[in-house]
Amino acid sequence: MESWDSWLISTFARALAFSTPLLWAALGEIYAERSGVVNLGVEGMMIIAAIIAFATAFGTGSILLALTLAALVAGLAALLHAFISITLQGNQYISGLALTILGLGLAGLIGRGYEGKPLKNPMESIDVPLLADIPILGPALFQDQHLLTYLGLIVAVILWFVLYKSRLGLVLRSVGENPKAADSAGINVSLVRYGAVIFGGIMAGVAGAFLSLAYRPSWSEGMTAGMGWIALAITIFALWHPLRAIFASVLFGAFFHLSFRLQGLVLGFFCQSDAGWQFATLSKQGDASAAICQSSLTFSAEILKLLPYVFTIIALTLTSLSKGKGAFGAPEALGLPYQRSKR
Amino acid sequence: MKWQLVRQEAGPLRVILISLAAVLAALSVTAFIFQAYGQPPLHAYQEIIKGTFGDFRGFSEVLRKSIPLLLCGVGLVLAFKAQFWNIGAEGQILAGAVAASGVALFSHLPSPLMLPAMFLAGFLAGGLWGFLPAFLKIRLGVNEIITTLMMNYIAIYITLWLINGPWKGQSMRGFARSDQFDKSAWLPTLTGTRLHYPTLILAILLVILITVLLLRSKLGFEIRIMGQSPSAAHYAGINFFSTTILLMLISGGAAGLAGVGEVAGILHRLDHPSAISQGYGYTAIIVALLARGQPPATIITALFLGFIFASGDVMKAVLRMPFQITGVISGLVLFFIICAEPLMHYRLRRVPKEIPLKAVKGDA
Repeated sequence: MESWDSWLISTFARALAFSTPLLWAALGEIYAERSGVVNLGVEGMMIIAAIIAFATAFGTGSILLALTLAALVAGLAALLHAFISITLQGNQYISGLALTILGLGLAGLIGRGYEGKPLKNPMESIDVPLLADIPILGPALFQDQHLLTYLGLIVAVILWFVLYKSRLGLVLRSVGENPKAADSAGINVSLVRYGAVIFGGIMAGVAGAFLSLAYRPSWSEGMTAGMGWIALAITIFALWHPLRAIFASVLFGAFFHLSFRLQGLVLGFFCQSDAGWQFATLSKQGDASAAICQSSLTFSAEILKLLPYVFTIIALTLTSLSKGKGAFGAPEALGLPYQRSKR
Repeated sequence: MKWQLVRQEAGPLRVILISLAAVLAALSVTAFIFQAYGQPPLHAYQEIIKGTFGDFRGFSEVLRKSIPLLLCGVGLVLAFKAQFWNIGAEGQILAGAVAASGVALFSHLPSPLMLPAMFLAGFLAGGLWGFLPAFLKIRLGVNEIITTLMMNYIAIYITLWLINGPWKGQSMRGFARSDQFDKSAWLPTLTGTRLHYPTLILAILLVILITVLLLRSKLGFEIRIMGQSPSAAHYAGINFFSTTILLMLISGGAAGLAGVGEVAGILHRLDHPSAISQGYGYTAIIVALLARGQPPATIITALFLGFIFASGDVMKAVLRMPFQITGVISGLVLFFIICAEPLMHYRLRRVPKEIPLKAVKGDA
């Protein structure tokens, strides 16, 4: 049994790794929604990207090509959603759901022959020079991580800067808040929205590729396990803010990781001693070893696995509570198609 | 003369024709997938028709798969009518299945009471599963799309926990399933088929009930107003809270009944979530959307998607293609339907050139 502090450090390190796909996907969705378009297809885009990335890396051995193709395909899927919600002014919810259903189906179809095959050349993990040698912080944050993890953090900061400090960000926000006014100011509302939605798709593509190339270099059906939906929840929880998305992703990542990590963790033992049956906790294991310890108390794997989803509901509820009824800080024109002729 | 796009609601015939065209478009795209799998599309379609409409057994499978789709779909029509995006029918099915299994395994009710008690428990559990998202949405404005979806995952893991832990069957030799129900908890089926007809009859009764409810009752009126114009609903003094809670109890309850049908009619035990529902809850969204807010239309749309599901089995058995192809077809249908939407709301019309204002004034 490893010691508690090394357990904590490795748990934190893995939670950071798990937060990576959530962060990439959530950042993309934040930009799409900031432009006024909801894309419920994140889950579908992620899983299709995951299988495309895996199949490419499996066939060609090139991680870079796999990542590029995955981002491209997810971007194309987002283009379809953009066309329906912006040009055809269709219902964004339905279009996004269709994307998710189609993505899950297609990925299952393509992935049929790849089930259970390990990837021989997964994305390499790195140690950050110098920082990795810091005690405690080093192993927790800077050892054996993937480049995409740090890149995600950097991208989040850049996206925050662009959103709030640049003209492009102002344009994006105005299109999402008040497309009519933006249009009057000479901004091409459709173009901005197309750009934001496709960008969101590409980001979801990176997220999906990370899962099958780096986090768990393999393919299994439904491997996104609702992470696309969690990314949508993070978007709301982070109040559409890229920096808050970092915090939210790490929090959700920790929950997801713990739900795996705590499986099999022994909380204590039921021991038989002279005094009869006793429950001995882990710290008292030494005392108990004299007695006969039989069954151990562990968390049920299934109950642990449902916790991240319960936590998502709780997090969204807390967000609503703290913001007051109805007012979320969501972009004003979120989910509404913009008709130019109605000017 | 010039052409102009005019907003105009399409008549029923137009809606049906456009929907059919969308479905055909989706099925044509599927031909490419057959081709990619090395199956000549025409041969594939032939096999599918033979396997589903060729004999009564095949057709009974279409009917059987339509049952959960019909129950969930008609409930979703009600929810969507009030603009409540219930994506949680999948979890509500499982909640119903779990509750009914609990009654079947542990209640020891006498035979004539057993099945009614299971249906009642399933309805209540499904409704309860829909209650929480409805409550959070109306009281706090929490996004119901995400909460209903999260409830699906929670239901999946609770079911898994039960069949791996407390309800794991003694007689199942290590398999993660509950013990088999007593015969009194089995729904009768048509001889030689798996068609548990009592659930089908129940589903059709529910369609009639919800049709009447929507058109003739106060609740139905309130649901329609809420969906069409929330502000008008506020002025009319409609109680959003009780209306939404009630409608989600019905919508979730209907899905719960579907879960009861699957465990009592087919499996006769609590089984793996993917054995209880092959994604009926998600596909029911398409059933409801294709029905365009008309509860009776779900009978036809559920049959259509039931046919897609039954074809999935045929494709798997005869053509050796993965069952996931049904998800692809469902997704494509949904896409084409939504692409066809503008055709239903707009019409290209020839309009006469505008008469100059002066001339009009001159006439007067």
